[in-house]
Amino acid sequence: MNPRRRKLLITATFIVVGVTAATLLGLKAFQENLLYFYSPSQIAAGEAPQTRSFRAGGLVVEGSVERDPESLIVQFVLTDTVENITVTYDGILPDLFREGQGIVANGNLQADGKFKAFEVLAKHDENYMPPEVADALTKAGVDMSSGNGHSQK
Amino acid sequence: MIPELGQFALILALCMAIILSIFSIAGAARNNTDWMSLAVPLARTQFLCLVIAFAVLVYAFITNDFSVTYVANNSNTLLPLQYRISAVWGAHEGSLLLWALILGIWMFAVTLFSGGLPEEFVARVLGVMGLISIGFLLFLLLTSNPFERILMAPAEGADLNPLLQDFGLIIHPPMLYFGYVGFSVAFSFAIAAMLGGQTDTSWARWARPWTIISWVFLTLGIALGSWWAYYELGWGGWWFWDPVENASFMPWLAGTALIHSLAATEKRDIFKNWTILLAICVFSLSLLGTFLVRSGVLTSVHAFASDPTRGVFILIFLGVVVGGSLLLYAIRAPALTSTGKFSFISRDTFLLINSVLLVVVMLTILLGTLYPLIIEAMGLGKLSVGAPYFNAVFVPLMIPVAIALGFGIFTHWRKDQWSRIWAKTRMAAIASVVVGGLMAIMLVDSAVLKTAVGVSVALWIFITNIISLFARRKSLTLGFCGMSCAHIGLGITIIGITISSNHSQEVHKRMGPGDRVDVAGHTFELAKISQIPGPNYQATEAIINVYRNGEIITTLRSQKRIYFARGNPMTEAGIDAGLTRDIYVSLGEPLEGNDWSLRFYYKPFVRWIWLGALFMGLGGILAASDKRFRLKRTKKSAIIVDEDAALSTA
Repeated sequence: MNPRRRKLLITATFIVVGVTAATLLGLKAFQENLLYFYSPSQIAAGEAPQTRSFRAGGLVVEGSVERDPESLIVQFVLTDTVENITVTYDGILPDLFREGQGIVANGNLQADGKFKAFEVLAKHDENYMPPEVADALTKAGVDMSSGNGHSQK
Repeated sequence: MIPELGQFALILALCMAIILSIFSIAGAARNNTDWMSLAVPLARTQFLCLVIAFAVLVYAFITNDFSVTYVANNSNTLLPLQYRISAVWGAHEGSLLLWALILGIWMFAVTLFSGGLPEEFVARVLGVMGLISIGFLLFLLLTSNPFERILMAPAEGADLNPLLQDFGLIIHPPMLYFGYVGFSVAFSFAIAAMLGGQTDTSWARWARPWTIISWVFLTLGIALGSWWAYYELGWGGWWFWDPVENASFMPWLAGTALIHSLAATEKRDIFKNWTILLAICVFSLSLLGTFLVRSGVLTSVHAFASDPTRGVFILIFLGVVVGGSLLLYAIRAPALTSTGKFSFISRDTFLLINSVLLVVVMLTILLGTLYPLIIEAMGLGKLSVGAPYFNAVFVPLMIPVAIALGFGIFTHWRKDQWSRIWAKTRMAAIASVVVGGLMAIMLVDSAVLKTAVGVSVALWIFITNIISLFARRKSLTLGFCGMSCAHIGLGITIIGITISSNHSQEVHKRMGPGDRVDVAGHTFELAKISQIPGPNYQATEAIINVYRNGEIITTLRSQKRIYFARGNPMTEAGIDAGLTRDIYVSLGEPLEGNDWSLRFYYKPFVRWIWLGALFMGLGGILAASDKRFRLKRTKKSAIIVDEDAALSTA
């Protein structure tokens, strides 16, 4: 093998190893950060993961919001009209969080069966229904023919 | 009658675009001078028609003409005048009209500034831009007509989304669109060069100033959007890896690769194929971005499918643009041989590394943005890709880009010696690593390593660029100054991102009037909560006194507004801006009694993020004004470029 070929081979090896490593790391990061959506019915049926974060969504049950009088801890119930899931959150809820509103929360299932959210999302439009929630409600048998969302931004 | 005039002007613009593309492309192919000479007047007429159409829509908004559906859905008599005007591009139909108008403006600019270019080339460029206009105007007229009327005009409009009632949102979309659409010029130049079978690199030189200016618009547009999100969304974030943001960032990354690759192609006759592919890719991403944001596909794949004509049209249009240009590329590519040779250690290599890495970064973002849509469209479930993915791939890939940048500017074209480059850059490398490390140790905090890397990389960019500016002080060109300025801007942005991401402090707290809280050496006192009426909203305002070492330094006001028309709540943050830190307060939600939840942020160096973008924009303007890009008319109407200037570097 002449020196020029050897140089070329070394370079090519470096590139291949580098690209492979980068791709593997990238795909690993990708896999770890996929957040799947589960409806209250799916969570009740035990389909949601126990250890991994996921998205849960539904309508906030009227009268279910309980606030801790001293801190920002808040608890509310999400429903798809068939099953419910209790969500706890320590933080400030978004402007459009309201009882009866469709919301999506990112978080984990706790040992006590409650969903601990690290993020609560309510889109900035009073008519807006998160598509996941709309879909979950349709699956649970609610007529969703009225009111479609506006696009944002 | 007036809205119908707008409709008529749009149809006329479409006719102009059709005649323009037929005559100028066919004329160039058959070398028919009469046909080609129609290109400039037709393009200008089309531009005029679009100005009329746009003015008509603006007029409808100003006069509250709610018989026009689009106005009724997006405006309101209580809306202040400046927001009634910006509401024109506040939703789907109007923003597409703005897109078409801006395309008309760029075409008009091409007719003004291409006097020295060969006639058939200008004809082809305008013809290709005319083809793009046809697509957009058909889309507007067939599926998204902004002039559509309601039979029973409502007495009051539905109002503009309050988030969009803001100065940042008046100028953010036009800036972004000038960037997106500006890349159609580079795209058209590349297509025109391929149509004409041009195998030399003159098109690259002609395309460079256009590409740089578009990139400047896009850079500033993205920065404005990020700044708007920071102060308007009320929780201190400036980038969320939201699909809407990614849609504008992908063309920026590919566009950055393109301006570097164009430089190499023009000067060294290399990467011809790659540059043409990049030009196609940047414009396709701009189209994708426009449609992703405006078609409703991001809200839900179902929203996209709920209006099948729009969805199908978009897919066909994207397919024609991408497929057509790639087909042309496949036919012409074999003739595009790059004659330039270069060895492994050369500026050429560094530029190649730069553009390949930027494209890889763009692809990883594309994956994260489109994957949830594809999975949902195939019915495989619903998911989203979290921001940590984007951070995990973006940051490590951008570090080598920044390192290559510092070496690249010292390296000669074609062939260089590693020992020579290292001798020039050694001090910069040592200084940036040492200072970066020391700064990280001084900031006793958790994120020491991240800060050290970020600050070192930024210092590396600063020092190498300043040394190279100094070394060339006797033969400085605008192009070189612009390049250094933009690179230094990148460094400034890196500092801002690194320090504000890793060393911000935030406290969320429940407070009543008179309560105090300490954040990062500052004491915040909620002095008063009061009700304040606005023009089209009612606001609750919190007055917060900020103390440092017992002395009051500023008083901040944050509002929670309820807009009358839709009952939407909105948060206005109170911000004390500074070069080295921002203090940021925003009202959360009302709790029992007189208590509110409040957010307090201390954000060091956050302004540098946008300051860096301003430097990049200024650098782009300097580079594009370099005299080497000025076309000179000669008797034969051929191009002669100042040879002294051609020796300089960009």
